[in-house]
Amino acid sequence: MTRPIIELRNVHKYYGDYHALRGITADIGAGEFFSLLGPSGCGKTTLLRAIAGFEDISSGAILIDHREMEGVPPNKRPTNMVFQSYAIFPHLSVAQNVGFGLRRSPMSGEEKRKAVAEALEMVGLGGYGARAAHALSGGQRQRVALARALILKPKVLLLDEPLSALDKKMREQMQHELRRLQRQVGITFILVTHDQEEALIMSDRIAVMFEGSVAQLTDPQTLYRRPATRRVGEFIGMMNFLPAKLSGETSGGAMVEVAGLGTAELLSDQIPEGRAREGSIGVRPESLTILHEGQTAPREANAEVVERTYYGDMTYYDVRPEGVDGTVSVSMRNMPGRRVSEPGERVRLAWDPAAMVFFP
Amino acid sequence: MTGKRVLTAYAVLYLLFLYAPIVLLPLFAFNDGTVIAFPLRGFTLEWFEELTRTAALHQATLNSLVIASSTSVLATCLGMFAARAGARFRFPGKGGILGFIMLPLVLPEIIVAISLLVVLLQLGLSLSIWTVVAGHVLICTPFAVAILNGSFAGLDRSLEEAAVDLGETPLSTFRLVTLPLVTPGIVASLLICFTISLDEFIIAFFLSGNQPTLPVYLWSQLRFPGRLPIIFALGTILVCLSVGLLVAAEIFRRRGLRKAGLKDTGGFL
Repeated sequence: MTRPIIELRNVHKYYGDYHALRGITADIGAGEFFSLLGPSGCGKTTLLRAIAGFEDISSGAILIDHREMEGVPPNKRPTNMVFQSYAIFPHLSVAQNVGFGLRRSPMSGEEKRKAVAEALEMVGLGGYGARAAHALSGGQRQRVALARALILKPKVLLLDEPLSALDKKMREQMQHELRRLQRQVGITFILVTHDQEEALIMSDRIAVMFEGSVAQLTDPQTLYRRPATRRVGEFIGMMNFLPAKLSGETSGGAMVEVAGLGTAELLSDQIPEGRAREGSIGVRPESLTILHEGQTAPREANAEVVERTYYGDMTYYDVRPEGVDGTVSVSMRNMPGRRVSEPGERVRLAWDPAAMVFFP
Repeated sequence: MTGKRVLTAYAVLYLLFLYAPIVLLPLFAFNDGTVIAFPLRGFTLEWFEELTRTAALHQATLNSLVIASSTSVLATCLGMFAARAGARFRFPGKGGILGFIMLPLVLPEIIVAISLLVVLLQLGLSLSIWTVVAGHVLICTPFAVAILNGSFAGLDRSLEEAAVDLGETPLSTFRLVTLPLVTPGIVASLLICFTISLDEFIIAFFLSGNQPTLPVYLWSQLRFPGRLPIIFALGTILVCLSVGLLVAAEIFRRRGLRKAGLKDTGGFL
């Protein structure tokens, strides 16, 4: 991480008896695309609004660019926000909306007009300035909101679920555009989202929040491969859980005995929540492989196909390893020459302890 | 089919019953005769001319206009405070407080009038157009709240937050964002309160003392049968004025909704 632009120090927020933020500590680097990811009610929006200055915090401190923000109102903070509803002023034109924040700027009228035109150009709405704001589509409103916030060149841009109101196709397009825009302007973006895929696609780092606390803060790949808790593993993508026992300690970690698969060694970083005799291992569907005839793997287990779902590029299987009651999900890429296994078929399953995480 | 015909007939009768008496007003206002009876005797503008020559009437009209203007401004201001508080904040007893504000809507006016009279006399205040204003504000505020509620509740809170986020103070935010978006509601409220106050009789009758309002003056003239056509002429003007104001209020309210891109959820027309 680069120099921190936002420092959160043990931030707490109470609404009466309700403890909305429970001691959030995090540094967000300058120029980072940072996501706050969590289910609704986890406090991610509250935290974003606290950074913007719309919510007072009960204790702790928020520093922006090394300046303590307590008592600093939203209009004096070096942050700008893109609201979930976009909050486009319906009585103003597109250009007036985008130029709204320049009202107090010492720029001349001509400079302001230029800045507005540039901002609109940047978000792909060049020439839309004279349009009435209430006549815009959802995607266009989103762009106007972005241009309006970015025209002030804030140190941090806060985005509150900015894509949730768009349809799927538009959302995917905007994900890439937001990422491109962030790289282009180099401003720190903080995105609030409940969509794990969106967070994985767009972010440099992600803070996963549950019940007002940060459960894990790391880059997307680590988050996916090494979830810090079982809950994070369940929330991000799909994860199988199989009963497991930790047996002997080894120099690098511990031996684990996984029901239905076998015994192998796990390294310490695969045991993030500490050691316990009994627990479960989490493994992603793509980390298990159904072997076809003649193929071999260092570690194999026998299993039976219970269900298969064919997606064209992929096939998802529910398979039951021998000696296990439940099923695990296995995803296989459909390659030329590769047969799709049918329910009832007995197959060999290849597995790799390096793709597993142990949770007590 | 017969069911539909019966319903149509019912609707026509219903409207006749409501509006036939009002149609009589212009009919006799232009009738050349002091007796209010058919057959009509011919067209005249004499009664309208007579209106322009009656000084007491002019004073009453002036009183009414002062009262109606003051009332509409005061009631609309109070209504704005209440509507904004109701739309924005949660506080203990909110339901009860807002209910209390709306109560005069259903209280019998005669009760309000008598109570106010007793209180004012106890306080040792003399009756004037300002005591009428006080009474009218009381009965107009619920209407103002009802109209403005729609404007304020339909206002997305993040609009104001966005303005503050973009560097405006709470005060300039109100001026630049809130006010333009609720202006149609405010205009509608002003017009409706003005109309209600202009037409109101009971409270004005009790509280106006020796400064009669237009309706009170009209009532006092009923004692003189010869002046009846003049009253009809005045009544004609008042009805046109009231309807005009109400229609204007509704047009403003609807235009405001459209401008803000909101759905129509209420209103009086």
